[in-house]
Amino acid sequence: MNRSFVAKNPSVLIFLACLAVFTLVVTILSEGFGIGVVSTSFVKTLGKTLCLCLIAVAMDLIWGFVGILSLGHFAFFGLGGYMIGMWLMYERTRLIVVESLSQSDIPPTAAEVTDAIGNQIFGVVGASEFPLIWVFADSLVLQLALVVLVPGLLALVFGWLAFRSRVTGVYLSILTQAMTLALALYLFQNDSGLRGNNGLSGLQNLPGVTASQDQVSLWFLWASAAALGAGYVLAAWLVWGKFGSVIRGIRDNEARVRFLGYSVESYKLAVFTLTACIAAIAGALYYPQAGIINPAEVAPIASIYLAVWVAIGGRGRLYGAVIGAAFVSLLSTWFTGGQAPDIPLGFYTIKWVDWWLVLLGVSFVLVTLFAPKGIGGLFDLITARRSPDRHGADLGPDDGALREQEAGR
Amino acid sequence: MSTLLEVSGVSVTFDGFRAINNLSFRIGEAELRAVIGPNGAGKTTFMDIVTGKTRPDEGRVLWGDKSQSLLKMSEARIAQAGIGRKFQKPTVFEDQTVQENLLMALKKPRSWLSVLGYRPVASDLARVEELAAEIGLVEALSRKSGELSHGQKQWLEIGMLLAQEPRLLLVDEPAAGMTPTEREHTTDILVRAAQTRAVVVVEHDMEFVRRLNCKVTVLHEGAVLAEGSLDHVTANQDVIDVYLGR
Repeated sequence: MNRSFVAKNPSVLIFLACLAVFTLVVTILSEGFGIGVVSTSFVKTLGKTLCLCLIAVAMDLIWGFVGILSLGHFAFFGLGGYMIGMWLMYERTRLIVVESLSQSDIPPTAAEVTDAIGNQIFGVVGASEFPLIWVFADSLVLQLALVVLVPGLLALVFGWLAFRSRVTGVYLSILTQAMTLALALYLFQNDSGLRGNNGLSGLQNLPGVTASQDQVSLWFLWASAAALGAGYVLAAWLVWGKFGSVIRGIRDNEARVRFLGYSVESYKLAVFTLTACIAAIAGALYYPQAGIINPAEVAPIASIYLAVWVAIGGRGRLYGAVIGAAFVSLLSTWFTGGQAPDIPLGFYTIKWVDWWLVLLGVSFVLVTLFAPKGIGGLFDLITARRSPDRHGADLGPDDGALREQEAGR
Repeated sequence: MSTLLEVSGVSVTFDGFRAINNLSFRIGEAELRAVIGPNGAGKTTFMDIVTGKTRPDEGRVLWGDKSQSLLKMSEARIAQAGIGRKFQKPTVFEDQTVQENLLMALKKPRSWLSVLGYRPVASDLARVEELAAEIGLVEALSRKSGELSHGQKQWLEIGMLLAQEPRLLLVDEPAAGMTPTEREHTTDILVRAAQTRAVVVVEHDMEFVRRLNCKVTVLHEGAVLAEGSLDHVTANQDVIDVYLGR
């Protein structure tokens, strides 16, 4: 990164500053390290929201800049969560098992410990053997590597097949939906090796960490904020230079880019895989804060919500995606959490828990029709107001009748 | 003159309709050629075949000194090999500035990794400026190309083609929708370009073709009907029949 990148993208600095201030304020108000105004559960909500903002940045990169409406990015998000969840669950269960077995008279053998862990984890689906995919679950480093590798590889193979066959537009969107649906259905099976519809749970407890949830929630908030900041800078850097020029060209006229000699497929594949990895990292930070992951998280609807966030926030501008994800998901928490007051109409009471989705759907349609730039478009109004593009220096009363060029200034 | 592109015995059928029928065509290293013909004669399909967009059912398309076959190559590879194409409708990237458009077309490594690390150096910017001067768009360098007039977009696209430094330029109706002065300017650009490379111009307008002052190939029903100077082909009875109806 060089100086001119920052100079030409002041919005990146503004964004990072806002993010830092936000994190600082939440920390000060928190129960863990601050004055205790903000509850720990709300700190977790905010931390999760930051992760959703990160996957929205990824979505904006692939949809707003390359023009691929992927409706499957939550599959990568969920896979990232599963990968970190496997280690969290294994390690925590191991600690508990070792603790309880140490009470017995005869020290347990390694095989006994493994069996006991398997029983604990897989008893719920009527199994006790470790499936093959858990082979690295005892290693944090390997499992962290898998967070990026597994979704990245899936995206690479899927993207290679899809882009090579020149599948575009709505057909590609349907394919990505099919992918995430297939993954969800597979994970729902008890013999998928990931505990079927029970999913992985207890993920909020970090093994070997004695700190309270008040503090752990803040650690994750900081990590999520750092990841969002890094992801944002990376995305802004990608779309800034000639690479950004080429991918926007692909969005606007794919064939023309091809006749300029650019291999459109490899560009699409590169961005698709990269955004899948970003989504996976976001997921790996999200689920330890949520505490549980199950196959419903990768259901097709999740990825559609993602597209709605980005559309409402304003696609094609990165901060728009962040604002959309934060705004809509927090609002959604408010409405569905029962906090929004019901509206009694006399003959019928609008309960927001039921009607929130309708409201979201209507606002999505309205934004698409009347404000295609989304919430991010509001910033255009501000910048347009502050510096109207009138081009001319103030010539004063004498030269006022002349054009700028005539006056020689 | 050595042959740059040789198309021989090429046929294409779309749903039973023979768009190109045993077409043969060759062009030398530095040559200007006009291709004319009535609607549906296969002019655009011919360009599609050369640029790899359409695969012919039979025939050969050989390129360059090594007589490399273009039929197995992707569009991007063909473009990298040195064939540039201008579409009938001006297609520039309207959301981006004239400078960005030209920078994207500039002859540089095309792989995504090298593009990722690419930053325009002074010589690239100078080259862009030079091209902009040639197509009369220096003033408009920092403007969004979507704001340009129709004729300016046509020139920008020609400028992007020149930036690619192709050895063969395929130009589809470059003068469509241009004013007479703009047409003259376009002729100049094409004639100058043809001094160092091969240029194939598809055009309907006979006046424009006359000003190009070059060899003319007449296509009809997917095959070459006549070839020669404009006066020679317009005197040809077959050509008169095709153009004026029997």
